[in-house]
Amino acid sequence: MVRSRRGAGASAALAILAVALAVASLGIGPVRLAPGTVVAALLGQGDEAARLIVREIRLPRAVLSLAIGGILGLSGAALQGLLRNPLAAPSLFGAPQAAAFGAVATLSLGLADALSYALPLAAIAGAFLSVFLLLAVAGREAGLVLLILAGLAISSLAGAATALAMNLAPNPFAALEIAFWLLGSLEDRSFRHVAMALPFILFGGALLLSERASFRALTLGEEAAQSLGVEVGRLRLVVIVGVALGVGASVAVAGTIGFIGLVAPHLVRPLVGSDPARLLVPSGLAGACLLTAADIAVRIIPSTTDIKVGVLTAIIGVPFFLTLIVRERRRLAAGLAA
Amino acid sequence: MTLRTEGLSVTLGGRRVLADVTLDLPAGRLAAIVGPNGAGKTSLLRALAGLVGSRGRIFLGASELSGLGTRARARLVAYLPQGHVAHWPLPARDIVALGRFPHGGRDPGRLGPGDREAVAQAMRVTGTTALADRPVTVLSGGERARVALARVFAAGAPLVLADEPTAALDPRHQIEVMRALQARARAGATVLAVTHDLGLAARFADEVVVLQDGALVAAGSPDAALADQVLARVFGIEAFRAERDGAPVLVPWS
Repeated sequence: MVRSRRGAGASAALAILAVALAVASLGIGPVRLAPGTVVAALLGQGDEAARLIVREIRLPRAVLSLAIGGILGLSGAALQGLLRNPLAAPSLFGAPQAAAFGAVATLSLGLADALSYALPLAAIAGAFLSVFLLLAVAGREAGLVLLILAGLAISSLAGAATALAMNLAPNPFAALEIAFWLLGSLEDRSFRHVAMALPFILFGGALLLSERASFRALTLGEEAAQSLGVEVGRLRLVVIVGVALGVGASVAVAGTIGFIGLVAPHLVRPLVGSDPARLLVPSGLAGACLLTAADIAVRIIPSTTDIKVGVLTAIIGVPFFLTLIVRERRRLAAGLAA
Repeated sequence: MTLRTEGLSVTLGGRRVLADVTLDLPAGRLAAIVGPNGAGKTSLLRALAGLVGSRGRIFLGASELSGLGTRARARLVAYLPQGHVAHWPLPARDIVALGRFPHGGRDPGRLGPGDREAVAQAMRVTGTTALADRPVTVLSGGERARVALARVFAAGAPLVLADEPTAALDPRHQIEVMRALQARARAGATVLAVTHDLGLAARFADEVVVLQDGALVAAGSPDAALADQVLARVFGIEAFRAERDGAPVLVPWS
């Protein structure tokens, strides 16, 4: 049918854009490389220095920006589908903040160093707890206001817990290091980081995609979806686990990068329509494009100190969130009255 | 298929909202479930749909529903909740296509020929074919109610459960919805509809089930189940009665 073709077309276009941005990302840095040189280096041709720069130094960063942007976009679309709410996103519900707390606690207590698998596991546990807590507090058929209030409480709690962990850090340098790490960045990442995060991200993404049809049935509400054969309780658990795996692993290697999950689904809705099932893949691709573009931007914006990519996504994301609130104002007001 | 319940009970939060309801509804009949607010009407439908834990037994034809998994049950029971909820602006056709979900038609863009035919048929019956491409969120209340009904009909389930399908509709649409439910019953399904409108129940239903405080008070033909003493005891009202074109007219009067 026409609509699925339109979705496939949008996905193909977004995938091409993501690849183009990744190639551009591989060419940007202290040594600028032309796209042709980048592609040649990727294929193992061209001069040795370019090969080294592209494949060893910049490729992990590009892979991580695609994977993390992708899983954040996908998680946002999945949460919006589960909660039937266009304002749902991992970062509004405190998932990255809680994941960051898991990672920071592990680091500052000296339980693990920054390259051990304990870090993503702690971050995943933090994210899992936050999403689980959110759904438990908000309950079934949760209204918008309840979700946002619960999300606010959870992200504040995670923020306070992180502050405590920094407060108790063994020395000021450790605290400073944690503070910078929290800003969210993809600088100087290696294939070690890719290996730490990618398996969890892929597994989380596969879990979320496996439930795509259930999100569509949820359009009719939880009871109707259940009567159509969707096991809603199991679906919630799958989404919690999928989002926690993806967001937790992302935060463990890149710090907190917010608002991709909120922005990506909104960008692709005009292209593919509102069907929450058809939104997942394009939303993931849009997330990959957004984060890769943001990671290019932080390298070409002239400034004395490096701008962290997490700061940039928040600076752009929050005004976007405000615009969304204005657009949804009528619905919000109705929700407040209810 | 005949719907039969034996001692059906539902307890919610420690309160018994449905107590020992035993019913026997033959296939091809439209049954109206009536009763004051809080009588257990919705709980009865939810128990039949398997959305809430219940005690007692439910049989549809030869199969016992509680023994079936969520998916197998979904193929036999189509449930229309109150309010005709649609959270996303999907085109009406995609909403109706969700009726095929239990049969494996999970993507409205890739339905098999059988699923497509069922969707088209349900939209014809409910007069929603012309609305197919319009986002369901911009439809009027009456149009949305008919789209919701089409979704339920598209499932082709032998048991149809509709919770207040005529609520918040204007009189013409109320009559249309009741006619559509009646037609579905004539086509062989067992149809249960909760309603507060005793007039619609008396006129369109083949059977009326009266609930009060979670218990079955009366069940049978509209004449018998909505007799004067039942209305006085359950609703505290008297009714004006007449007849038009062979159908009973019942208006709550005092």
